[in-house]
Amino acid sequence: MILLWFIVILLAGGVGAWIAARWSANAARWVALAAVSLDFVLAIQLWISSLGQFDLFRRAVWIRELDVPWVPQLGIHFHLAMDGLSLLMVVLTMFLGILSVLASWREITEGVGFFHWNLMWILAGITSVFVAIDLFLFYFAWELMLIPMYFLIAIWGHGNRTYAALKFFLFTQISGLLMLVSILALAFLHQRATGVFSFQYETLLGTGIAPSTALWIMLGFFVAFAVKMPVFPFHPWLPDAHTEAPTAGSVILAGLMLKTGAYGLIRFVMPLFPDAARQFAPVALALGVVGILYGALLAFGQTDLKRLVAYTSVSHLGFVLVGIFSWNELALQGAVVTMIAHGVSTGGLFVLVGALQERIHTREMARMGGLWATIPRLSGAAMVFALASLGLPGLADFVGEVLVLLGAWENHRLVAVLATVGILAATLYALRFIQRAFHGPNIHQWQLPDLHFREAAVVGSMIAVLLWLGLYPRPVLDTFAPTSERLRQTNMYVRR
Amino acid sequence: MLELLWLIPVLPFAGAAFLLLFGPRLGRAAVAAVGCGSIAASAVLASLIAVRFIGAPPAGNAYQQVLWTWIGVGNLRPDIGFHLDALSLVMTLVVTWVGFLIHVYSIEYMAGDEGYSRFFGYMNLFVGSMLTLVLGNNLLLLFLGWEGVGLCSYLLIGFWYTVPANGTAAQKAFIVTRVGDTAMTVGLFILFYGLGTLHIQEMLRRAPAEWASGSGMAIAAAALLLGGAVGKSAQLPLQTWLPDAMAGPTPTSALIHAATMVTAGVYLIARTHVIFTLAPPVQFAVAVVGALTLLMAGFSALTQDDIKRVLAYSTISQIGYMFLALGVAAWSTALFHFMTHAFFKALLFMAAGVVIEAMHHEQNIFRMGGLRTSLPIAFWIFVIGGAALSGVPFTSGYFSKELIVWSAWASPIGNQLLWGAAVAGVLLTSLYTSRLIFLVFFGNAHGHVAKRPGAAETIPLLVLAVLSIAGGYIGNRFLAFLNTALPAFEETHPPPVTEGASGMVATAALVLGVALAYLFYLRNRGWAEAAASGGLGRALHRLWYTDWGMDWFYDRVFVRPVQWAARVNKSDFVDAFYAGLAWLGRLAWGILGGTETGRVRWYAAGLAGGAVVLVAITLLL
Repeated sequence: MILLWFIVILLAGGVGAWIAARWSANAARWVALAAVSLDFVLAIQLWISSLGQFDLFRRAVWIRELDVPWVPQLGIHFHLAMDGLSLLMVVLTMFLGILSVLASWREITEGVGFFHWNLMWILAGITSVFVAIDLFLFYFAWELMLIPMYFLIAIWGHGNRTYAALKFFLFTQISGLLMLVSILALAFLHQRATGVFSFQYETLLGTGIAPSTALWIMLGFFVAFAVKMPVFPFHPWLPDAHTEAPTAGSVILAGLMLKTGAYGLIRFVMPLFPDAARQFAPVALALGVVGILYGALLAFGQTDLKRLVAYTSVSHLGFVLVGIFSWNELALQGAVVTMIAHGVSTGGLFVLVGALQERIHTREMARMGGLWATIPRLSGAAMVFALASLGLPGLADFVGEVLVLLGAWENHRLVAVLATVGILAATLYALRFIQRAFHGPNIHQWQLPDLHFREAAVVGSMIAVLLWLGLYPRPVLDTFAPTSERLRQTNMYVRR
Repeated sequence: MLELLWLIPVLPFAGAAFLLLFGPRLGRAAVAAVGCGSIAASAVLASLIAVRFIGAPPAGNAYQQVLWTWIGVGNLRPDIGFHLDALSLVMTLVVTWVGFLIHVYSIEYMAGDEGYSRFFGYMNLFVGSMLTLVLGNNLLLLFLGWEGVGLCSYLLIGFWYTVPANGTAAQKAFIVTRVGDTAMTVGLFILFYGLGTLHIQEMLRRAPAEWASGSGMAIAAAALLLGGAVGKSAQLPLQTWLPDAMAGPTPTSALIHAATMVTAGVYLIARTHVIFTLAPPVQFAVAVVGALTLLMAGFSALTQDDIKRVLAYSTISQIGYMFLALGVAAWSTALFHFMTHAFFKALLFMAAGVVIEAMHHEQNIFRMGGLRTSLPIAFWIFVIGGAALSGVPFTSGYFSKELIVWSAWASPIGNQLLWGAAVAGVLLTSLYTSRLIFLVFFGNAHGHVAKRPGAAETIPLLVLAVLSIAGGYIGNRFLAFLNTALPAFEETHPPPVTEGASGMVATAALVLGVALAYLFYLRNRGWAEAAASGGLGRALHRLWYTDWGMDWFYDRVFVRPVQWAARVNKSDFVDAFYAGLAWLGRLAWGILGGTETGRVRWYAAGLAGGAVVLVAITLLL
């Protein structure tokens, strides 16, 4: 039941914020903050209470489950379920959700009610994606998060927002339709094989499909998820969407929405199509490596601060893709840690770039320089996130990346070596970012207010999480371990 | 007592966190107290632990302390845990005590600086990272310290961030060392899959059983570790970052870029010595890299005009000696030279700082002179440091360097060429050191002295001066102690050179170097200029002055192509494909939209034409 509550509280919080906005803008903000905070507390509580039972839910598949028939004639269920992977993603969603509400506190002054409605509904959609286990419901949730995000960019975005929003919508919508086709094809093939028409994940696992057909169906899923992640060469929507979106939009896009793609690969593509995925792995690994290096090179060349940060996502999610398609314990754990670490470190960079844009009304690095002298706290925090991004040990990203690399080395040495070069490439863009924005002479004579309490709290909590995961990632690793184990066993079982 | 080991790295980290978070609100005295106090506490604790460790050695001459399991996935289970043995203890003592002296010196040197608390915060962070590097019991934790000191090096080189050149030097240092780190990371993969663990002691136990001597895996792993070591320790071919690193404040150069961090590569190789023993070609490569680097950097040092760059090349050259020692399996001797070098090179850098302050922050030695009378303390300190650096008999540097020269001959791995390089290095060292002293302290005075060192600068200088002279006398006991953690040196005696003869040849080289410097830079200064103005002389001068043109090479081969690629592809050519699709869509829309004319005649014609085409298709097919 608690799984439903996660979603309902957010949906209701969105409606509540819209209504409260008639009264005052601050009321809308507080309602949204209360809703997502409540969810956060519930998620943490669930995490803590399940921490002790890892061995238990090694046998039981799900920590929590809710299964209600929805359209029984078509075998569609309202089926929510949560395992360690979903739990981690839901906790991340709520954490970044709180931070995005706080980051928008002063940035959004018009249409505050509708803004928070969109924000809450995006979060509800993302949460549903992470817990929906009926494929039809999953597709529904997939679309649910898309539309409010479109509004968020198109209404509250910056200069080129209409173009960016449309581009985002077209990329995700077209690739989403491919997934719908694949979902239907899978259900029909399953019916032909067994006589049962169903969209249930566990029913569809192990459906026997001819290899050539399986490859095509898998590709439908893969493209949808690859666009979302984004995987090279499906990434061009991302820099525009990230750059033009308001801060909260960028944080959610980078921190959460990209993760739904990676989540989809782990949850659906690998277990549903083990053979096809294995056959496709060399291509996927190559795309991952190209993404790592190409994304880093693009980030290195940017002069717009937000575009720079946006391209780093292409690079980091390349590591996730490599981790997933290496499909061993180390690599898979690394992919999940990287997903979380990237959510926090890149989210933090977007918060700071947003805070900077509020102050100097530009994202162009040529207009910056020497900012350390006037805003040392903001600059220092940006340095920490940049260091996380370049994979400094002791911060979260390093743990994820080193696990991915070690995992990839087992069977794909060249991939591991090239991806390691990607960490070097990250050094280039991260240092250039610090140099151009914060070091050097303050030629434009900026005198700016430093981070105030609310911003410092947001950024400080993110740094604390980065340090925690960098030095003691065990809770995350242990939470995902049973799922990782089971996913890989399912695969092996199916292969036979 | 030993169970307090974890506090040694944690105290400086705590100091750093406190200073970086609250430093700007504290007074200068409080910042200095916290900054130096945390290192002092760490140093005292390290000494107490050393007394206990040496007095009553724990079983196996090593002490383990595991705080928690850092990452636990499959058989990858690195700890946040520390390993104390003779090797890490020596490193810890040198890092904490030399670090403490340099912190005290910084109280005065940085007194007028705006970023006072930031400076001490970074310095504390450095000491904490360096201690993590030397105490970490697994390669991943060592790597954490390794990258941490690299970060601090970057932060401190670029400490005066408003000057773009400092930022460039800082980025160069970080990126070039990370090139080496990339190799080292791949080395970790090989070690982990080959030996099933990253725990250093366990690895070293398993390696001889898993890998035959000279096996491909051992060679690959050792070569990749060497890649990391040459990056961090500024050896060929990755030495180019260190001279530029002199952009940082002088105490930074003393602590990070002379005494401690740049010797991390030496520590790494000594720490994983078993792997290198299993890979003879790589071990020999270590010796060759060391010999080449000590010569090349020695020549470069001869031509520099910036006092700190002379010392920087000298550091590269002296670490070359340490690599040479490692390469000929004289492990403990390398560490001995590390220790004496930490004393005299920190001393020289801090004395250089005194000179620079006195000269209104002028660093060009050709614009100095005659400081012997106006800055007597700096002069005598320089003479002591320079003597130890050159290896004047009975100074600390003499003992450690003579041992290395002898090892290059006496080791089964050694040969005449390595020995010859080491002896030639002695000549070069005494030549460039004497040149530096003659140019700065003799001759005509330029201007008056702006500032004389106060107590906070003088006392650390005196302490290090005493250590630079006397630090060598513990030699035999020091080596015996280190041999509880490292294999003893296996000595052969190939004729005709004996240990005594080797020492005499080296001393003769030293005297020759001083004599040449006297002739060229004191007696007849015109000679040096004349030598550097002839055709060949000028070309050589230019080659050595620019560090053998390697910066130029890297700039053309790596830096510019990457920058060019990033610039031309700034707007991502993949996007052009999608933009092309959108353009095609709009084009089709334009064409079709153009047919919507509102004229019935056209529509009727279109209908008729379409019908004709359809009928034709039906009939023909």
